[in-house]
Amino acid sequence: MSQTFRRPEGGRIKRNKPVAFRFDGRALTGYEGDTLASALLANGVHLVGRSFKYHRPRGILTAGAEEPNALVTVSRDAARSTPNLRATQVEIYEGMTAESQNRWPSLAFDASAVNDLLSPIFVSGFYYKTFMWPAKFWTSVYEPRIRAAAGLGKAPELPDPDRYQSRFAHCDVLVIGAGPAGLAAALAAMESGARVILCDEQAEMGGSLLSDPDVTIEGQSGRQWSTDVIMALALSDRVTCLTRTTAFGYFADNFVALAERITDHMATPPASSPRERLWQVRAKQVVIATGALERPLVFPENDRPGILFADAARTYLNRYGVMAGRKTVVATACDSAYLAALDLHRAGVEVPAILDIRREGGALTAAARAAGIRVETGATVTGTRGRLRVASVEFGHVQADGSVRHDAVLPCDSLLMSGGWTPTLHMFSQSRGKLRYEEVTGRYLPGRSAEHERSAGACNGTMALGAVLDEGYAAGENAARAAGLATRGTKTFAVAGATTPDGQVLGALPHDRNPGRVKAFVDFQHDVTAKDIKLAVREGFRSIEHVKRYTTTGMATDQGKTSNMNALAIAAGALDKPIPAVGLTTFRMPYTPTTFGIFANTSRGDLFDPVRRTSTHDWAAAAGAEFENVGMWKRAWYFPRQGESMHAAVDRECRTVRAAVGIFDASTLGKIEVVGPDAAEFMHRIYVNPFLKLEVGRCRYGIMCRDDGFVYDDGVVGRIAADRFHVTTTTGGAPRVLSHMEDYLQTEWTDLKVWLTSTTEQWAVIAVQGPKAREAIAPLIEGIDLSKAAMPHMSVRMGTILGVPCRLFRMSFTGELGFEINVPAAYGKAIWEAVHARVVALGGCPYGTEAMHVLRAEKGYIIVGQDTDGTVTPDEAGVGWAVGKSKPDFVGKRGLARADLLKPGRTQLVGLATVDPKVVLEEGAQITPDADPAPRTHAIGHVTSAYHSAVLGRSIALAMVERGRSRLGETLHVPMPGGAIAVTVVDPVFYDKEGGRLDP
Amino acid sequence: MTPEIKRVGAFEGLPAFPATSRVKAVPTGPLARILFRGSPAAAASVSAVFGAPLSTVPMRAGEAGGRAALWLGPDEWLLIGRDGEGEAILAAIAGAVAEPHSAVDVGHRNTGLVLSGARAVDVLNAGCPLDLHPSAFPIGMCTRTLLGKAEIVLWRQAADRFHIEGWRSFAPYLLGFLAEAAREYA
Repeated sequence: MSQTFRRPEGGRIKRNKPVAFRFDGRALTGYEGDTLASALLANGVHLVGRSFKYHRPRGILTAGAEEPNALVTVSRDAARSTPNLRATQVEIYEGMTAESQNRWPSLAFDASAVNDLLSPIFVSGFYYKTFMWPAKFWTSVYEPRIRAAAGLGKAPELPDPDRYQSRFAHCDVLVIGAGPAGLAAALAAMESGARVILCDEQAEMGGSLLSDPDVTIEGQSGRQWSTDVIMALALSDRVTCLTRTTAFGYFADNFVALAERITDHMATPPASSPRERLWQVRAKQVVIATGALERPLVFPENDRPGILFADAARTYLNRYGVMAGRKTVVATACDSAYLAALDLHRAGVEVPAILDIRREGGALTAAARAAGIRVETGATVTGTRGRLRVASVEFGHVQADGSVRHDAVLPCDSLLMSGGWTPTLHMFSQSRGKLRYEEVTGRYLPGRSAEHERSAGACNGTMALGAVLDEGYAAGENAARAAGLATRGTKTFAVAGATTPDGQVLGALPHDRNPGRVKAFVDFQHDVTAKDIKLAVREGFRSIEHVKRYTTTGMATDQGKTSNMNALAIAAGALDKPIPAVGLTTFRMPYTPTTFGIFANTSRGDLFDPVRRTSTHDWAAAAGAEFENVGMWKRAWYFPRQGESMHAAVDRECRTVRAAVGIFDASTLGKIEVVGPDAAEFMHRIYVNPFLKLEVGRCRYGIMCRDDGFVYDDGVVGRIAADRFHVTTTTGGAPRVLSHMEDYLQTEWTDLKVWLTSTTEQWAVIAVQGPKAREAIAPLIEGIDLSKAAMPHMSVRMGTILGVPCRLFRMSFTGELGFEINVPAAYGKAIWEAVHARVVALGGCPYGTEAMHVLRAEKGYIIVGQDTDGTVTPDEAGVGWAVGKSKPDFVGKRGLARADLLKPGRTQLVGLATVDPKVVLEEGAQITPDADPAPRTHAIGHVTSAYHSAVLGRSIALAMVERGRSRLGETLHVPMPGGAIAVTVVDPVFYDKEGGRLDP
Repeated sequence: MTPEIKRVGAFEGLPAFPATSRVKAVPTGPLARILFRGSPAAAASVSAVFGAPLSTVPMRAGEAGGRAALWLGPDEWLLIGRDGEGEAILAAIAGAVAEPHSAVDVGHRNTGLVLSGARAVDVLNAGCPLDLHPSAFPIGMCTRTLLGKAEIVLWRQAADRFHIEGWRSFAPYLLGFLAEAAREYA
């Protein structure tokens, strides 16, 4: 027997397309067009979950995004498993597997339901009150156990195999929600010629019109009208219609984030399709048409399976052809429940009674009675019975003094409730619009706008369909006009057969039960009762934000969509304040839970970040190089030979450079071409060094400071022509140095005729270093005299290498004779191969960044950002000689004169030699005068660089030490977990102090 | 000894873009590129010798005779010519422009590809935050912008054809990003 609660006809499901699916292992069928919730109800399944704290049986409560109970896990495979989905929004597909959550061992028998019997101790703030001692137990014992017991679904542990995409989009008018107001707004905007994006979270547009069989618009049925409008919108090339797309975040300047679910409803998603798409929409104008959400009635035991919202039951009946039950009692404070009762009655469902809390009933009371339905006015539910499904309803009448007199028990298999409607203000509130409280109707409504948006329809408090359509159309017209388009004016829609759902109640309903014993739920998902909120107020919580956090009301995945207003009313009552004086909690994004995948999007694997490779990368990889990441760059770190350790490879590479020659890829160094008649003046100002007198063809090691006087970057600069400099920067510093220079040019020195162009990637740079460097490159170079006299240390020449134009620098970062060959990047690999062959022929080898670091440290050459940290002046870094003392000005000159920088006692760069030459210090380690310093002893410096030097046969280190240069010969200590390491302060130049090897 | 000196393009060896009838991406191959900076007056002098006009209207490309000048800033134009023309263009500028200026060869720094097809805009908007509707980004418009996490120069050559310039080392990322965005149109 299947789908016994499905009506033989009606609804928008495709009855010729049955769909088989599984829920908790049970094979069931529904139809294409069903949600998991409608398909379960068609099969008579109400029990779908256990509540968060008490593990009470819970059923499907709603038909939409606000669902607090029916949270399920839907799995395609071990990696594709999504927890905490609302069954009311999940579309079934052939073969779907869904599981209920928060139950063990089974949904029908849950061991933790004992919590329900213990509920007198599980009061508000129970965790705070109970698990206070011992303090360390909170993280180690209490919290893990509480989380294990209370958690919702489980996240999959495998990497997500699905793909996610992103789309930036712009439009004149974004319409959020495609119910009657949204459709009318989109229609008006389209007719004005606006570029429109219309999104709706459901599979089908139409909103409430989809579940209302009675209304006619412009002489058509409401459903036909919406179908026609949707068709017209879809056919317009200016309109983008997005279904299954939730606007979940509203950011500054009308930037709205939408989550489009592309494949979740498909049985076999195409492999090429992303699962979801993040739309980042910049809209000139926004129309918010997000409708309203029905509220529960807060009466004792209002949470049993089989109890659901009245309008949800009407939706299940009219849209899905599903009856929530066969004998349905209706409890209400609002007319909309009458519509549900009348539709159910017409469909043959027994409606034992409508219990209307309103003393006089409502607009449809007479109609219901005329249809033969018993209506009790001034009546309320005082309790329900039934274990896994509601079996009977107790009701009574509210007396003049507010008390309730018990009347009767009504057997039933379902109970509908309606406490009235809450406008969906999430988007408006996220846009930072101010809410206003409408006293007469007891509702919060959109007030003053902060963004270029307007609300229309039920989210704006307008409930009558005709007014909703008119308001929607006017909003669309107004938005298009505000976006600068000519419009046709407003429009009035002819509507018939619509009932305006008036009437509501806020807060807990009166009853005749022991208030200390009964549970009347306010927040179904977080198991918060009216009693809990009153207790929080009694315990001194006054702010609604504090009440929220203390009781956890409104904090679950549904973010209190169904509970906030009732909680607020109960708190206001307990505080004896009017509702607006208590305030409303913040509406946070996302509107509904959103996957991590859509945020990570394509930023994973190779696309996580650009990976930059030099032109020799493939060659180095083939040569067995290990690489290290330097910013986005991959740099060859060392070139191990067969079976060689990193240590051995680096030692060999260093020895080879010192003894013969090495070849190194320096392409990643930043390069900037500085050109113009004022180029030298600009260089003179931006660097601490003097540059005016640098001759064409010569180079200078430049130090750049920020205006605070601290070293910012360094690099060798070559003067290519009177008006042209070739600047190099550190690899990591390239972008910020260019910005720094451009900043000064555009803001401080607008008079200078000089322009900057990044050439980092124009040139492949091949460094050839070692005593045989000249011999290595000489046969390949044409047009340049490489002799010592013609091309001295720190010079630059233009010529060709193997016919390729090159800029050849004679410079050194190793202390050896050295050249750097700059060739256009596409030639880099071929030239590298040719030079490499020469280097190998002379007994040389390629070396990587690790050997480069060791070689420069042996010479005491600093690396900005390693030996300096943004608080070090040129003098402190040992390069004070570079500062042009006689220059009238340069960036950092005044900074360097600050009193604090002139105080004695600042750190200075020194070398450290460990007493035990085999010990290599740890970079970053602290330095103290004593071997065994007392706790909190002031460190007088730290190690900035430390390596094993193969050439010296011992460890070396650079360090910044207070008054370091006055401590040469002193013994200091580097305290480490295994004991302090004794070091001697030495000169930072460890190798070839005289510098003879630079210019042999 | 004069071994074969081979140029290696930035897109060489990368996985092929999965071309479809709706979108394809094709590397331009080597091109001459000069980054010219100077005053509008200097730019006018360049226009006379370069062939393609250097626009004074922001974000517009001037095109003529297989050459193009892309406005990138109030004092900055990217000049694009055929492969091998770089030296000649530099010489022509040096000879014709009396005003202070800067002309720098960036032919190897930049690399280009052409993205075309009915879905080209959708693929670009996967990572480019600009409004690419023809009313906002007409044919002939060009600008520096972002594609995902990489900076590019984007130039619309036709309704459904875009020239994209990026720095050489970003080529694998750019092609990979576009290919990932185009997967669903395969």
